[in-house]
Amino acid sequence: MSGGSNSHSCHGSQVVQAPPGARKIVLAGNPNVGKSLFFNAFTGLYVDVSNFPGTTVTISSGVMGDDVVIDTPGVYGVSSFNEEEMVARDIIAEADIVVNVVDAVHLERDLFLTQQLIDMALPLVVALNMVDEAEARGVSVDAVALAERLGVPVVPTIAVERKGFDRVRATLDEAVPGISDPVLQDRLLSLLDRVGTKAEALLVLEGDPYVAERHGVEPLGMRDEIYMDRRRRVNDIVARVVSQRDRSLDLRTRLGHALLRPLTGIPVLLVVLWLMYEVIGVLVAQTIVGFTEGVVMQGYVEPALRAAAAAVVGTGVIFELIAGEFGVVTLTITYVLGLLLPLVVGFYLMLSVLEDSGYLPRIAALTDRLMTAIGLNGRAIIPIILGFGCITMATITTRILGNERERKIATALMAFAIPCSAQLGVIVALLAAAGGLGITIAYATIMFLVFGLIGLALSRYLPGSSTDLLIDLPPLRLPRPMNVLTKTYHKTVMFLREVVLYFAAGALLLATLQLTGALEAAQVALAPLTETWLNLPRETATAFIMGFVRRDFGAAGLYDLGLGGAATLVSLVTITLFVPCIASVLVIMKERGRAFTVFTWVGSVVLAFLVGGIVARVLVLAGVV
Amino acid sequence: MTLLQAKRNRPVRILEIPDDRARAQCVRFGIGEGTVVDSAEALASGPVLVRHRNQEICLGRGLACRILVEEDPSDTRGRSGDGDATAEAARGRFRGWRRRGHSR
Repeated sequence: MSGGSNSHSCHGSQVVQAPPGARKIVLAGNPNVGKSLFFNAFTGLYVDVSNFPGTTVTISSGVMGDDVVIDTPGVYGVSSFNEEEMVARDIIAEADIVVNVVDAVHLERDLFLTQQLIDMALPLVVALNMVDEAEARGVSVDAVALAERLGVPVVPTIAVERKGFDRVRATLDEAVPGISDPVLQDRLLSLLDRVGTKAEALLVLEGDPYVAERHGVEPLGMRDEIYMDRRRRVNDIVARVVSQRDRSLDLRTRLGHALLRPLTGIPVLLVVLWLMYEVIGVLVAQTIVGFTEGVVMQGYVEPALRAAAAAVVGTGVIFELIAGEFGVVTLTITYVLGLLLPLVVGFYLMLSVLEDSGYLPRIAALTDRLMTAIGLNGRAIIPIILGFGCITMATITTRILGNERERKIATALMAFAIPCSAQLGVIVALLAAAGGLGITIAYATIMFLVFGLIGLALSRYLPGSSTDLLIDLPPLRLPRPMNVLTKTYHKTVMFLREVVLYFAAGALLLATLQLTGALEAAQVALAPLTETWLNLPRETATAFIMGFVRRDFGAAGLYDLGLGGAATLVSLVTITLFVPCIASVLVIMKERGRAFTVFTWVGSVVLAFLVGGIVARVLVLAGVV
Repeated sequence: MTLLQAKRNRPVRILEIPDDRARAQCVRFGIGEGTVVDSAEALASGPVLVRHRNQEICLGRGLACRILVEEDPSDTRGRSGDGDATAEAARGRFRGWRRRGHSR
């Protein structure tokens, strides 16, 4: 989700240290207003940019001149409602200068945070972003009047076109605490001797239990009063500086509504899924992979590598380790570059388009009722969809969910039942080869049922209750090709960096097992499980052993076995439900704890073979096999 | 009545949001107790879609049925209670036309 110098924050503790003399410049703003674009421009480092709230869940920091720039998760206000807010809260409270990015179209919402930052007495510069989109929607904002009312510099910007960045940078020295409410400021002064800063005093006054505890004082329950007063001040400012020509619903808004209503929304969702199948399953998995894996790798690269290896080391054990059936070099290169790379690029391209269009929060609203049945609300669909990209990253994104119970359910669902892009790519390729759309639908139905059952069980047995959906919908936007390509590029590089090492280690393990005869012994030992229980050839044991390294590695192991339709279905259901990859296990351990990690890991092995066996039995009973 | 029962696509005044966090979050979004929102629509997919200025918010059903609202007193549509769908639609069209004709 981010490159460059990136520090992960645990449980809201402050982790970004600035060198002496450097100012901490903190980017703050509502979700989805373009903070990350400012961060990219200021520091030259890359962080993800999407069109849905919650893209930035970890803290990124970088250097601009002598100063340190810190990007924060988007929040609608500073307090402790969820983990994103707690992370943002501590970094904002310690800022030397806050660059508050606001969305010119939604000033009524965004200025609430601005006014809160002003009430916290933090030196502020406001970047009035998306002035072009506001203009296109008939909203015009008087930036000069806004600066006068707020008492801080206001710089109009168009971040996606990189306009206004220099002016924001040049204005940093003019950052000042703005115009707050005098009565409120008096109250803050009276707290200062007990709570070090006005920023934290305000949070105590607003009843933040964590900040109060830090200073050994009781939280004061004045939030409602302060919030309503602040809301009045903001509405007053908006009424004076914003003018809107036309409030009738434009086409884009109407289209957005159609995506929310099941009658129109579900068919659109199905068409989107079908399009993804056509692009990834048919175009990439068959045509492109057929060329890269079949022609380039098998036809040219592997023979060349084998010849080169033979010329250097002869034909002994070393040759087998390097370039044999499971040779570290040949297997890694063929699988990673020939098979997975095209699939992962295709998948991330599609996912990036979805992310940037603003469609994801609408899917959240569309699936809310279904998600409520499994103890989640619609918002959980966002980490789950991102899980189809990478489970490891998506597990971190579960921080956007309302409480720990929801985060546990979502994490377990992904660890058990959601295949990541690399795995899904191989799966779709195998399904398409084994029987096309019919078997794909059978696979999807089984996975959907298992997903639902796991959700129902967890929702029933995990104590507590889940929160209600409460999200704002970003406008629909046409994705910018440059952003889609950049994001795909960065995600693909990250994938390659991570996967090569695991694949090489997995190949080394397999080659060693094969050379020592342990692989054949394992295939024989596992035969009751593979042959008797799953009705699969015993060679599939190799794929499951590979699955312990990574599920996509395991799925790739099935690629060369030439299985029939029924065997493909059974083996794919089993490998999908198999253990999460090592990287995800580490993140699950960090986010959810050891006991929960053991539960998902052991549970996934049991569940994979249980469900796989049931599918195999049903296929026999139905007379398919 | 509750937000869930609000007539489709009519302005309503929010009277009470009992849940502490939801109330705070709604105030941040621009909707407090006493605010007249542009429209509310209970979606068949579950949540209630609330439009307020340029803002669109989705609230889960469980939350929407705890939020109390009343018809906006300044909204004259649908007060006759005759339930005539054609007349209703005609009034809606008229209002839409009138809105577009008059910039605020």
